[in-house]
Amino acid sequence: MIDFLLQPFQFEFFRNGLMAALMVGALCGMIGVYVVLRNMSYIGHGLSHAAFGGAVAAYVMQWNFYIGAGLWGFVAALLINHTARRYQIGADAAIGIITTASFAVGVALISRVRKFSTNFEAALFGNVLGVTQADVWVIAGVLLASAVLVFFVYKQLLFVTFDRDVARIYGVRVEWVDTLLSLALAATIIVSMQTLGVTLIAAAIVIPPIVARMLTDSFSKMMLFSIVVGALNAIAGMYLSFLVDVASGATIVLVGALLFVLSLVLRSLRRRAAKGRAGPGDVLVPLRSGAELFE
Amino acid sequence: MAQPVVQLLNVTFGYGTVPVVEDISLHMHRGQFAGLVGPSGAGKTTLLRLVLGSLAPTRGSVFVEGMDLKGRPSPCVAYVPQVETIDWNFPVTVEQVVMMGRIRRMGFVPWPSRADRRAAQAMLERLDILPMARRHIRDLSGGQQQRAFLARALLAQPDLLVLDEPTAGVDLKTQENILHLLADLNRDGVTILMTTHDLNAAATHLPWVFCLNRTLIACGPPDEVFNEATLNQTYRGDMVTFRNEGILFIAERPHHHTVRDIIPNPVPGEDIQPRK
Repeated sequence: MIDFLLQPFQFEFFRNGLMAALMVGALCGMIGVYVVLRNMSYIGHGLSHAAFGGAVAAYVMQWNFYIGAGLWGFVAALLINHTARRYQIGADAAIGIITTASFAVGVALISRVRKFSTNFEAALFGNVLGVTQADVWVIAGVLLASAVLVFFVYKQLLFVTFDRDVARIYGVRVEWVDTLLSLALAATIIVSMQTLGVTLIAAAIVIPPIVARMLTDSFSKMMLFSIVVGALNAIAGMYLSFLVDVASGATIVLVGALLFVLSLVLRSLRRRAAKGRAGPGDVLVPLRSGAELFE
Repeated sequence: MAQPVVQLLNVTFGYGTVPVVEDISLHMHRGQFAGLVGPSGAGKTTLLRLVLGSLAPTRGSVFVEGMDLKGRPSPCVAYVPQVETIDWNFPVTVEQVVMMGRIRRMGFVPWPSRADRRAAQAMLERLDILPMARRHIRDLSGGQQQRAFLARALLAQPDLLVLDEPTAGVDLKTQENILHLLADLNRDGVTILMTTHDLNAAATHLPWVFCLNRTLIACGPPDEVFNEATLNQTYRGDMVTFRNEGILFIAERPHHHTVRDIIPNPVPGEDIQPRK
C-alpha cells in the first residue's frame, strides 16, 4: 500500500505537479469562499477566460506569461466592475461581454500564429506535466501573499462580504478591500491556469466553499473547511489522474463534484436526524441549496 | 448651548434634477429619541443615508458631532439596517455578527481579543440573547434578530444610533418590545434616530417626530405635531386623529363607503339584496 502510494513520487513531474495542485487547491478554496458568498461564482469562470487572452498575447509578444495574463486579468476585472456600475448593466452581462471578448482575442491571435497548439490545449484544459519548479515557486508566492492578505484583512473582508453598505458606515474602506480581493482573485486564477486549465478553474473555486458551507454555519469554520477540502480534493484528483491516466484538471474537478454530492447526502442525513429529535412544532428552515448558490 | 449631535443645514439631495429631499434644516440634541415619518418615497431613507454619510448632499451640509460629513461616514454613528436587507443564509453566528460592531477597535489578527469577547458578551447579555451567541443568525426569532443587530451597533459605542424601520415585518408584541428596548437605551443616554411607517406606534412611543415629505413639514412631540393639518400635508391624504383613553390614534378617513358599495355581494350565496 505504502509502495503504491509512494510509487508516483519517483517522477519529478509528479512531485512538482502534486505540490502545485495541493497549493492551488488550498488557494482556490480560500479565495473561493469570498467568491461564492458574494455570488460572484461566474466571475472566476469569466476571469480565467479573460486571462487566457492575456496569456496568448503575452506569448505572441514574448512577454512573461504571468505578467501578461495577470495584467490582462486584472484590467478585465476592473472593466467588469466599472461597466456594471456605470452603465447599470447586470454584472453577469458585463462579465459575459468583456471576458468572452478577451477570450476571443486569444483565439484570434492563435488562429493567426497557429504554431503552439499544445500550449493552447494546456492552457485550456490544464497540463500538470508542464509544471516546472519555477511555477511551483510562483504558486507558493501567491498562496503566501493571499494567506497574509486574508489574515490581516479577515474582519474587513467578512464585513464587506456580509453587508457592504453597512460595512462602509462602520468605517471599513470598502473600495480598498474590493481591490485587494480582485487582485488576489486574478493572481489565483492565473497561477491555477497551468494546473487546472481555463475551462475548469471555476469549479475549483466554487466546489470547496460550497462543500464547506454544507458542513457548517460558521464563517471561520467554513474558511478552514474550504481550504482543507480544496487541498485534499487536489491531492486525490492528482493521484487518480496518475492512476487512470486522465487529464489532471478534469480528475480534480470530478473528485470535487463527487465531494459535493457526498456533502449533500451528509447534510440531508443530518437534517433527517435533527428532524427525528425535534418535536412536531419545530420548524426546520432549509439551508440554501448548492444550486441556488451557483446562480 | 451644547453642540447638537446631528445638524442638517439647508440640505438638498437629488438624482439628476429632481430633488428627493429639499432644503432640510434640522438638529438633534444629545439624548434625544426621534422618529422620522412620512409616506413611501418621501425621502426618509435618503435622509438617513445623508446622516450616515453614505450620500453627500447636493447642497447644504450634514454635521455629526460638529464634523461636516461630505459623504463620509462618521465614527460616532452606528446603524441598524432593515432586517429585510440582511442575507439570512450567510454563514455567520450571532457572536460573529455582533463582533463586526467593534471593527474600529480590534487589532490586526483575525480573532477577537479577550477584551473584545468580554465586551460582546456583556452586550449580548444586556440585550438578553447571550444563549444564542453560538447559533446561526437564521435560528433567531424576529425580535432576537433585531436585538442581534442592535447589539452590533451598540458595541461600536456610538453617540448616535440610527435605525431603518426597526418595527417593520415583526408582530405587534415584538414591535412593542423593540420600542420599549429603544426607550430603555435612550434613558441610558443613547441618542436615537429611526424611521417608521407606523404612525400609531410613533404617537405612543416616540418623544419627538420629524414629518417628512420631500421637505420637512413639521417636527415636535407627536401630541402636538400629529394633527390633521400636518398629517394631511405630509401624507397628501385625508387623515383623521382621535383620542381614546388618553392615547392618540391616527387613521385614514373612511372613504364614505363600505365594502358593499364596491362589491355588492361579497359573500357568495349570502341572502342579501344589493343596495339600489
